[in-house]
Amino acid sequence: MTGTPAVELRGATAEIGGRAVWSGVDLTIEPGELVAVLGPNGAGKSTLLRVLLGLLPLGAGSATVLGEMPGHRNSDIGYLPQRHGFDSSTRIRGVDLVRLGLDGNRWGLPLSGGRTERARVEEVIGLVDAAAYARRPIGELSGGEQQRLLIAQTLAAGPELLLLDEPLDSLDLPNQTAVSALLARICRSEHVAVLLVAHDVNPLLADLDRVVYIAGGRIVSGRPEEVITSETLSGLYGVPIEVLRTSDGRLVVVGQPEAPAHHSDRHAH
Amino acid sequence: MGLFAYPFMVNALEAGTIVALMAAVAGWFMVLRRQSFAGHTLAVMSFPGASGAALAGIPLALGYFGSCSIAAIAIAAGSRGRMGRNRQQESAVIGTVQVAGFALGFLFLSLYSGVLESLETLLFGSFLGITQDQVLTLLAVAAGVAVFFVLVGRPLLYASIDPAAAQARGVPVRLLEPAFLLVLGLAVAATAQITGVLLVFALLVAPAAAAQRLTARVGAGLALTAAIGLAVTWLALSLSYYTDYPIGFFITSLGFAAYVVAHGIGRRR
Repeated sequence: MTGTPAVELRGATAEIGGRAVWSGVDLTIEPGELVAVLGPNGAGKSTLLRVLLGLLPLGAGSATVLGEMPGHRNSDIGYLPQRHGFDSSTRIRGVDLVRLGLDGNRWGLPLSGGRTERARVEEVIGLVDAAAYARRPIGELSGGEQQRLLIAQTLAAGPELLLLDEPLDSLDLPNQTAVSALLARICRSEHVAVLLVAHDVNPLLADLDRVVYIAGGRIVSGRPEEVITSETLSGLYGVPIEVLRTSDGRLVVVGQPEAPAHHSDRHAH
Repeated sequence: MGLFAYPFMVNALEAGTIVALMAAVAGWFMVLRRQSFAGHTLAVMSFPGASGAALAGIPLALGYFGSCSIAAIAIAAGSRGRMGRNRQQESAVIGTVQVAGFALGFLFLSLYSGVLESLETLLFGSFLGITQDQVLTLLAVAAGVAVFFVLVGRPLLYASIDPAAAQARGVPVRLLEPAFLLVLGLAVAATAQITGVLLVFALLVAPAAAAQRLTARVGAGLALTAAIGLAVTWLALSLSYYTDYPIGFFITSLGFAAYVVAHGIGRRR
């Protein structure tokens, strides 16, 4: 897959109910890049993932994912939907959950255990450092442990692109940083492009290759230090925005207007 | 007299075995999918089915299977949301269906002037008078249910635990949901013929819930559910045969006992 971008959008417009969510978007993501999708609630972050999965056709422009039309290579994409954890009564082991990422879409009984499949499951569980608790029921694990196993599930089938919808949501700060570092490591070692929707860029800052910022119907992408600046964000929102850097290197965006409630796509998948 | 001395008892043991296995597998998935309320409503719907069949003079089995299938389709259609199953909508729809079912059942039974089916037998079960034909019908339905689980067990498991991720991987989640409800309806209709309408849960929920307390493994869980279901059924039939107390009492008490024991063991670990 050398030379083919993982994701390429040209003049792309996404529409929901005839209204443009964002338009005129040019975006290229290369294999092995770790990219964060940022922006206020309702700006169209989840919509971008739905477009890339082929669940929402573009209103205008073109998109290729792994060199083909969106939706054509979904078996090479690991997708982690936004979620709020498994409740404690979910009596399924972590390994079985990961296993479903490998062959859950194939017909048959959920019992069959081929040797190569089991080896692959162990491999991805090792990649996310989850071997210690992978045999416990998923509902009994902490949010961070569940998230690691879910990432292992998306990796199981050997994808070339990971689309993760708010994987750091509902994690505490140390876990956010740890999962971020984990994703950066997987990006490099597996040469997978990772596109993740995030609320807060700070836990990711050290690891990101690129930021995709969605606001006001437009998208700006680039290196974090180019995009998350007072000038770029003010231009994007159309109102004065100030980006401050704290003494420990964290970025704080001030003056960011909240999107009207009816724009919300947080529950749209 | 030995347990196998009378043909009616052999029929009862055969029917009980078939029903226990079918209820075990369907029940395991039902508990995992948190659709016990839907399952209970399907059971209640077999009441107007059976009493209506008695009134119309058609085979009772036809009434059981027919009404449960129709109810399953109605629940699936009524609770369909944008993203497949809508849980809030589902519980409201099935609650309403359940009330209507009970009302119809009582009406049919009061119109029916025959003596073959008493209210008590329909509601609380009987193992007397199970014919060879009935056993064959149960066997045919069970074969269909078995084929369903052998073919789609794995994608159904994926869709049950993680519907959004399964859908992105190409699992036909929106087809599996009504299909599972239909299969659950068939299993419930079969079970109701032995345990009665109100005690279906003794075979549908108790073994699955007990097994899920004891193991979070998929294969072991299914096998354990089947084993508990069989043990409860055979023991209940024997006790009922030797003591002359009703079968429903023994099945329910034994199912409950199995759950309490499993709960105790599960807590201790």
